[in-house]
Amino acid sequence: MALAADRPPLKARDYKSDIKPVWCPGCGDFAVLSAITKALAFLERPREEVAMITGIGCSSRIAAYTRVYGFHGVHGRALALAGGLKAARPDLTVLVAGGDGDGLSIGGNHFIHACRRNMDMTYIVMDNEVYGMTKGQASPTTDADWDRSKLTPRGTGIRPFNPAALALTAGATFIARGFTGDPNGLAKILVSAIEHRGFSFVQALSPCKTFRPEQMEWKKHVRGFAQPPTHIGALAAERLHADDGMSTGVIYQTDYPAFQPGGGEPGDPGQFEAEFRI
Amino acid sequence: MTSNNNCDISIAVTGSGGAGSITAGELLLSLAGKNGCFGMMRRSFGPQIRGGEAAALVRLGPQPIECMNDHFDLWLALDWQNADRFADEIPLHPGSLIIADPAAGETPEVVRHLGLEVLEVAMKALSKEVPLGRPNMIALGVLAHWLDFCADEAGKLIDHAFHDKGGEVVNDSRAAFTAGFTEPGIVEARSRRQVPTRCDPASVGERWDLSGNEGCGLGAIRGGLRFAAAYPITPASDLLEWLAPRLEKLGGSLLQAEDELASINMVIGASFGGVPSMTATSGPGLALMAEALGLAVAAEVPALVVNVQRGGPSTGIPTKSEQVDLDIALHGMHGDAPHLVLAALDHADCVLTTEWALRLAEALQTVAIVLTDQNLAQSRALIPRPQFVLPEIPARKTAEADDSYERYAITPDGVSPMAIPGTECSTYVADGLEHTESGKPSTAAADHALQLDKRQRKIDGFEYGEHWADVQGRGDIAILTWGSTASAAREAAGRLEEDGTKVRVIGLRLLMPASPDRLAAVLDGVEHVLVVEQSHGRQFYRYLRAYYDIEADVRVLARPGPLLIAPGEIVRELEEWS
Repeated sequence: MALAADRPPLKARDYKSDIKPVWCPGCGDFAVLSAITKALAFLERPREEVAMITGIGCSSRIAAYTRVYGFHGVHGRALALAGGLKAARPDLTVLVAGGDGDGLSIGGNHFIHACRRNMDMTYIVMDNEVYGMTKGQASPTTDADWDRSKLTPRGTGIRPFNPAALALTAGATFIARGFTGDPNGLAKILVSAIEHRGFSFVQALSPCKTFRPEQMEWKKHVRGFAQPPTHIGALAAERLHADDGMSTGVIYQTDYPAFQPGGGEPGDPGQFEAEFRI
Repeated sequence: MTSNNNCDISIAVTGSGGAGSITAGELLLSLAGKNGCFGMMRRSFGPQIRGGEAAALVRLGPQPIECMNDHFDLWLALDWQNADRFADEIPLHPGSLIIADPAAGETPEVVRHLGLEVLEVAMKALSKEVPLGRPNMIALGVLAHWLDFCADEAGKLIDHAFHDKGGEVVNDSRAAFTAGFTEPGIVEARSRRQVPTRCDPASVGERWDLSGNEGCGLGAIRGGLRFAAAYPITPASDLLEWLAPRLEKLGGSLLQAEDELASINMVIGASFGGVPSMTATSGPGLALMAEALGLAVAAEVPALVVNVQRGGPSTGIPTKSEQVDLDIALHGMHGDAPHLVLAALDHADCVLTTEWALRLAEALQTVAIVLTDQNLAQSRALIPRPQFVLPEIPARKTAEADDSYERYAITPDGVSPMAIPGTECSTYVADGLEHTESGKPSTAAADHALQLDKRQRKIDGFEYGEHWADVQGRGDIAILTWGSTASAAREAAGRLEEDGTKVRVIGLRLLMPASPDRLAAVLDGVEHVLVVEQSHGRQFYRYLRAYYDIEADVRVLARPGPLLIAPGEIVRELEEWS
């Protein structure tokens, strides 16, 4: 095999697999795939040193569409699986991706604790405010009055929550929002997120053309945050709560040691037998 | 006497939660170890952290002991609070002795109606004569004198146990011990009664003081474990707590998860990274893990779960033992999910079974569930050093760098090389979706059939060797059992043998895949099979019916926990049958 240094630099397309996505034409997730591969190419990460961990849902299929190591696991548990991988293999670049249902509903507890644990990984939630793969049900980010789901024909009647604000409260050390209508901007955010040492959370506004066609109007509302990123939590919280959820960019980044268990030297497993001897 | 050996003594030390009965029992067991005995100690307590009830149930003798006896010879009560809650776990016989504190008030009716000799020792009052002395150390002294144990050794053990609490606590605990050891009433009473003879420490060989949970931890480490994920649950937490500092000393790590859904997924993630990994849990936790275990089977990621059974379903009786997670371990997954299920038979066997299970999981790239139970996991035993030789088991088959790599390639033995992240040009996606040989998601019937067959074949085709069961003795009667109940069965067989009845005891260690041909061979010539299990629903018997053809007459001795199945019960069942 050629040494890593001798290999020609990889282009974004080298990080894409030849499997055709199941996504509908016009799905925002294509742009996320594009942004991730661009970011990896920009960072010159060797493919074999990257792991893409996902759960279940339309967007979670992304693991198969990248050409890095991947794990397409069970619904909602991608962050937990990634935590175990990172604990055992701190040398890997760990990316976790999924949808709003996967990450914020069934995986909500893991989201909170992954933020809090602050292991060095990047989590991308492709937020389209709907469960797509199960044919259009409301998620934790769906507006209370969205009445197009057969499951909640009068709307959920329940307020959505703001995932970026939750990430901030739970202890994520990098929080950003991107938009799939701006794949280059999203790729830039992802570069910063991957380079950040700690848990980086990126909410990617990713319209669902099939179940939420009205989201195709998002491009008219999305704009950058007026202010540069802050490291002050209270300030970030204020901005997030004042915002309508359509501002993009890095909101918050702070320097807090990433958590990494273990780190000891390899030892002899026989050493513990002595403690049982009478 | 119901004991089959006059050196064999069973002692219960009880008290309200926080009274120190467990500490006294643990020190008594350690002291017995220093004095050359074999033995074991179970803990029995309620779910309360303080203010409940706690019993140290100790059995000591000159031969290795792996189960409790039918009766207790001595019950030392530090106090009588809530004694009725565990009285049925401390069966007594007409010769049993009660040692109680007069300050604790009247002997409760559950004990009084037996009309036993009660020896009063003013443990509380004696402890007050020493500033930091506690009644449980008086009790330890009383018991050490009763058993003719060496007081110097006790002093050393007290030093070790209370070292962290400072010199005053150590000194006063030693003084309290001495007050108990020399208490005139005890000295006089002992001279009247036959008491066990001690063993000679030099003659018994190397012995270990091991709990079942520690045995599983040690076995896993011997099997190559370097990562564990943990979510606390009684009675498995001590296994995880044992692993935490030790994995770090091996260059590995333990991660505390937010729930069992996370812990099992962390195990799968770490194992995907190439590191042998496990978690430990109990029934409700295993139920939560079931979905991800199906993922590990489908994605062919090695994963070990040690499940310490407790009374169920739901929270059930979380601090006490029952053999009731067999069904979920065997059949609790969705889909056709072939995997391994093993069960440890005794303390030493916890080491063997867990090491074996992890090695098998690694070699076969699948899930292994090891079942133990609270009785085994949380008891300590003084045993001969565990010695066993496992058959040669190949390490996890990994892939070299290869441009045409296929993760789920169909191979003759069903095991395909696994590329570990970091291996160049062999990237793949581990997938719970059904997939092609390359790992590409597929809903095609042919791919599903091929992959299902591959995952079954690798398990069915493996040569597991002689460790599938522990078979002892011979005869035309057999006891067929599993888990910690095997120890009671072995002791029952020993007693019957003394009376001239030969009994074969078969304890199944490898439950899945089943070994019907092997069992048929060891049951050759057997006319009566007694199935013994601690389950109201007869889970083990139904498992046997599903996977084995047993030609002999079969009877079932099955009942729920938390009361353990005693050797005498098995003896009676067999005597009534013949």
